[in-house]
Amino acid sequence: MDLKKEQLLDMYKKMVTIRAFESKAVELFAAGQIPGFVHLYLGEEAIATGVCASLETKDYIASTHRGHGHLIAKGGDTKIMMAELFGRATGYCKGKGGSMHIADVNLGILGANGIVGAGMPLATGAAFACKYKKTDAVAVAFFGDGASDRATFHESLNLASTWKLPIVFLCENNGWAISNSQENHQNITDISDRASGYGIPGVSVDGNDVVAVYEAAGAAIDRARKGDGPTLVECKSWRWRGHFEGDPGAYKDPKDQADWLLKDPIPRLEKNLLKLKYATQAELDTIKAAADAEIEAAVKFAQASPQPDPSELLTDVYAD
Amino acid sequence: MKQMTYAEAIRDGMRVEMHKDPNVYLQGEDVAQFGGCFGVTAGLYDEFGPTRVMNTPISEAVIVGSAVGAALAGLRPIAEIMFVDFMGCCMDELFNQAAKLRYMNGGKCKVPIVVRTPCGAGMGAAAQHSQCVESWFTHIPGVKTVMPSTPADAKGLMIAAIRDDNPVMYIEHKQLLPVPGDVPEGEYVVPLGKADIKRDGSDITIVAWSWMIQKALAAAEELAAKGINVEILDPRTLVPFDKDALLKSVAKTGKLLIVHEEVKTSGFGGEIAALVCEEGFDYLDAPIKRVTAPDTPIPFAPILEGAFIPSAEKIIKAVESMF
Ligand SMILES: Cc1ncc(C[n+]2csc(CCOP(=O)(O)OP(=O)(O)O)c2C)c(N)n1
Ligand SMILES: [Mg+2]
Repeated sequence: MDLKKEQLLDMYKKMVTIRAFESKAVELFAAGQIPGFVHLYLGEEAIATGVCASLETKDYIASTHRGHGHLIAKGGDTKIMMAELFGRATGYCKGKGGSMHIADVNLGILGANGIVGAGMPLATGAAFACKYKKTDAVAVAFFGDGASDRATFHESLNLASTWKLPIVFLCENNGWAISNSQENHQNITDISDRASGYGIPGVSVDGNDVVAVYEAAGAAIDRARKGDGPTLVECKSWRWRGHFEGDPGAYKDPKDQADWLLKDPIPRLEKNLLKLKYATQAELDTIKAAADAEIEAAVKFAQASPQPDPSELLTDVYAD
Repeated sequence: MKQMTYAEAIRDGMRVEMHKDPNVYLQGEDVAQFGGCFGVTAGLYDEFGPTRVMNTPISEAVIVGSAVGAALAGLRPIAEIMFVDFMGCCMDELFNQAAKLRYMNGGKCKVPIVVRTPCGAGMGAAAQHSQCVESWFTHIPGVKTVMPSTPADAKGLMIAAIRDDNPVMYIEHKQLLPVPGDVPEGEYVVPLGKADIKRDGSDITIVAWSWMIQKALAAAEELAAKGINVEILDPRTLVPFDKDALLKSVAKTGKLLIVHEEVKTSGFGGEIAALVCEEGFDYLDAPIKRVTAPDTPIPFAPILEGAFIPSAEKIIKAVESMF
């Protein structure tokens, strides 16, 4: 592992910021302060963090309906994010997108998508553009285990592998597609097996181990940047919450849930940091407290932000 | 009669037909034990078991496409698409396959499928989970389009849709799912193509469907207090469309306001207006008007979404402008 102290601490900071943002979203949704569908990334923080650690602003990602973590990991500002969840004019999408469509296009995000599996063709196109324009940028398509059943997954892998595009297909296998466990929606255990059908490498890693994610995704991103084509990376994890807030997740076996909670990616990284003597517990606590304070400030910012002007309904439909 | 919600009435319609006809089965995402994203299919898995109520992967093309194939092979599938917005993922299966196979084969086969799917705004679900797009389907010869507005209609039209030998888009409105009403028990059928007068009136005809019936009814109450007596016509199915009922109502009132939640341009209201111009122009004593959503995607912020949805106030204003 060639991770430097600063890199690992930065990942820790990202993960606890995602955790704090999502935990606050739980509270705010329950209190009726954020409308619409809210899909949370709790338990999956290591994936976006480990992947985006190898990306720069010029690189593209396609996010999903479960997109808060992707945006924070790619460098999103939690104040502007929170304002979007509240539907305020100061939000990333001026209040027009909400949680499900939260994205900063200036950070190379090709949108957070409400259509499952829709991000893969978009990322494939962005990767084509990188190759076409001969930049050395790459694209990463985030998608779930459920999305790997869509035609868009198969068509994207086929095209991207045939055209050797600079893209990484990054599957977040959290065990569930709403109420459907993985075994109920596909006849395989390792989604990375599907790579062989397209003649590209496929790897599966522990998605709760940020270092393992960093290494696997980093290798795939390097490969894409070098012009060697796509890789399918599967990160195995677990969705802690219901599918969206308001879903009690009654279909989960409580034992599975309890087991996975013990595999929390954050204490795992903490242990690692302490062992390597990259930080003391007090320093880690300080980072956590700072993340909590940042999110509190984000909520205040959102609450103090103006509602969109009703005339905004009619703007942004066409580019002028 | 039994009190039940619109969601329960849809389910009751499916139950009646599933008991009666072993060839009827249901498939879709999370429709089994989970009972569907909006609970419409709750209990059907327990009642009919895993061979007749099946969860599918997130694979809209094969949800609808396999229903078409099963129908060709003698079954009568009900396919649920979780939101009508996702019909974009299976339009070929509907419009090039289901709708055309009979015609292309010289009338020698039929495709008796029902695609059930919820539509509509009002829950902060933003641009890809809130749309009304019924005119996508009415524009396809060979497909019927059903949009119930009450629990009784929901049940009666569901049974008619399942019994129909053609592909039927059965579009449920999310805002109506919890609405209660009296529903006839047993085999209650509302024939496709038969409109219903939801409010008798003499001064103006409002044609509306699905959730917009409620908006029109609310507007009509206020207008009655102002001395304008509104007739509300609910076509219940857009294809086939009950032209006679509409012309009869317009002949009586002399005025027509069309209300729909779809965006205005190329919405089904334009079709209705054209029809009345062609066949009922002489009945009109004022230009036809439309109250619709604006030509925009659906915004997330409640304040913007509220401005998007046609409201009783907008209907009242439009009606008053016609006198
Ligand atoms: C095309 C399409 N079909 C169905 C849905 C409804 N839906 C939203 S999220 C979801 C499950 C997605 O599962 P997965 O891809 O594993 O992502 P996860 O939610 O687990 O992060 C479904 C079925 C949708 N949004 N789009
Ligand atoms: Mg999943």
